[in-house]
Amino acid sequence: MESVKITNGKSPILQLKAVSGSYSPGSYAVNRVTTDIYANTITAIMGPSGCGKSTLLRAINRMHDLYPHIKTTGEIILKGKNVLAMDPMEVRRMAGMVFQQPNPFPTMSIYDNVLAGYKLNDIRLKKREKDDIVEQSLQSVGLWDEVKEVMTKRGSFLSGGQQQRLCIARALALNPEILLMDEPTSALDPISTNKIEELLLQLKEEFTIIIVTHNMSQAARISDNSMFMYLGELVEHENTTQMFTKPQNKRTEEYLTGVFG
Amino acid sequence: MNYPKITYTGWRKGKDKTAFVLVCLFSLITMFPLFFILWDVVSKGYKNFNLRLFTEVTPSSMDAMLARMNGEPIPGGILNGITGTVLIVGMAIIFSVFLGLFIGIYLADNRGKRFAGVVSYLTDLLQGMPSIVIGIITYAWIVKPLSGYSALAGSVALTIMMLPMIVRSTEETLKMLPVAYKEAGLALGSSYTNVVFRILIPSGFGGIFTGILLAVSRVMGETAPLMITALGASVVNWKVMEPTSAIPLLIWDFYNDPNLVELIWSSSLLLLIVIFLLNWIAKIVARKWKV
Ligand SMILES: Nc1ncnc2c1ncn2[C@@H]1O[C@H](COP(=O)(O)OP(=O)(O)OP(=O)(O)O)[C@@H](O)[C@H]1O
Ligand SMILES: [Mg+2]
Repeated sequence: MESVKITNGKSPILQLKAVSGSYSPGSYAVNRVTTDIYANTITAIMGPSGCGKSTLLRAINRMHDLYPHIKTTGEIILKGKNVLAMDPMEVRRMAGMVFQQPNPFPTMSIYDNVLAGYKLNDIRLKKREKDDIVEQSLQSVGLWDEVKEVMTKRGSFLSGGQQQRLCIARALALNPEILLMDEPTSALDPISTNKIEELLLQLKEEFTIIIVTHNMSQAARISDNSMFMYLGELVEHENTTQMFTKPQNKRTEEYLTGVFG
Repeated sequence: MNYPKITYTGWRKGKDKTAFVLVCLFSLITMFPLFFILWDVVSKGYKNFNLRLFTEVTPSSMDAMLARMNGEPIPGGILNGITGTVLIVGMAIIFSVFLGLFIGIYLADNRGKRFAGVVSYLTDLLQGMPSIVIGIITYAWIVKPLSGYSALAGSVALTIMMLPMIVRSTEETLKMLPVAYKEAGLALGSSYTNVVFRILIPSGFGGIFTGILLAVSRVMGETAPLMITALGASVVNWKVMEPTSAIPLLIWDFYNDPNLVELIWSSSLLLLIVIFLLNWIAKIVARKWKV
């Protein structure tokens, strides 16, 4: 991969070194991806369906560990720590994940959903601490005013967009280093999508965000940098404006202009 | 392209009608036994279905005969059977829920593994095992070595009967839950155990609880395996290692004693009411507790 001009801070918060992911021996859904992600940026991962975006994203927080046949190789360095050698539970607390379908825990109240990360990690908090975390997390996803009166209701009682913001709050509550999002708005209506995009722009002040998206205009609107993947390979990783105006690679250009994908 | 035209001719309509009538008829026929059972049990059982049934133990045959000759009602109830059923079934619930949850969780999460396949197959076998065989096995395992009939032995027999039902309902319920819940939990850094017990089991509570209730209602009326394990007793017994009565055991005793035969009906009525209640609650829980 040539000429990488990435909008950056000082040092990368996440480094991928020859990361590969494989669902069956000999075939690679992600093939030797090497790149750096900088703190307080939004990075969009784009590419045609099946090119390995989700596989790459899920390698970062060790989700592949749930399925023994999936193999991840290479090196992933998050905040100076070797992810593939760490305790996966610790990795996942450092790297929050938001899924395509909003998935608040159906038996928990809104309040408990926000605190789920603490409960599930057996971290006991005082009532005051809990209240603070819940309020702050919900504030930061712009949900506080909407739900503060109905905190004891089930999470599934909210609208799809609200549920997704609740899921983001749930991930933020653990104060992760990085937020991994796999098409977080593709199940939502345009207004909710809009809200979440605005939210992400605010959140990048504090967090680092990697977002897989099929929506090119979304990538253009919110991301600082964009990655274009094709057949498991990282074809291009650039400053987003640069990529959308002057893509380096022919494939990228074809994808962005709708020739394929 | 021209699609073939689907005609709805008189002949087809006629066939439909006939099938409909037949289905209704057959359903009615299968309902008859149920109606007769209900009618018999209620009309013959209501007479002795009173406070005494719940507060007094089974009378001796002699007392019952004297009462009958004097035209008095049966001088006793089935308290010893009720407490025995509570004790035996209660212990069986604890054992089988504990074991069944773990096996069900294991099976739901290890599809395709060799050992899981074996466990699953054994569960099916157990489900089809005649209850008397289970009773005899329990006799050989528990009653013989401990040299005595006991409530514990009875509950072990019922546990074996309930286990496959609870395993299956747990397994099926967990399998139906979206994988997203599990992944979301683990993505928060949770241990697998916490995901199972704080997210999956509560989310599948309706299905699992329904399975437990149905299993209970199935073994409530079991007689054969209890005869050779719990044996029966004419007094109220709460001791786990002592012979203990149960409602179905009493019904069998009453059947063999012309002086007590009237109590069959009120005992059966009680059993039926409890079983209907359990099924009814199971339905409501299954409907209300949908995720
Ligand atoms: N569970 C799986 N088992 C086997 N192969 C898989 C599995 N999941 C994905 N793959 C394969 O790995 C490749 C990459 O899949 P991945 O889900 O990462 O693509 P993606 O870029 O996220 O696609 P999409 O945009 O459709 O979400 C695809 O060829 C896919 O067929
Ligand atoms: Mg994907």
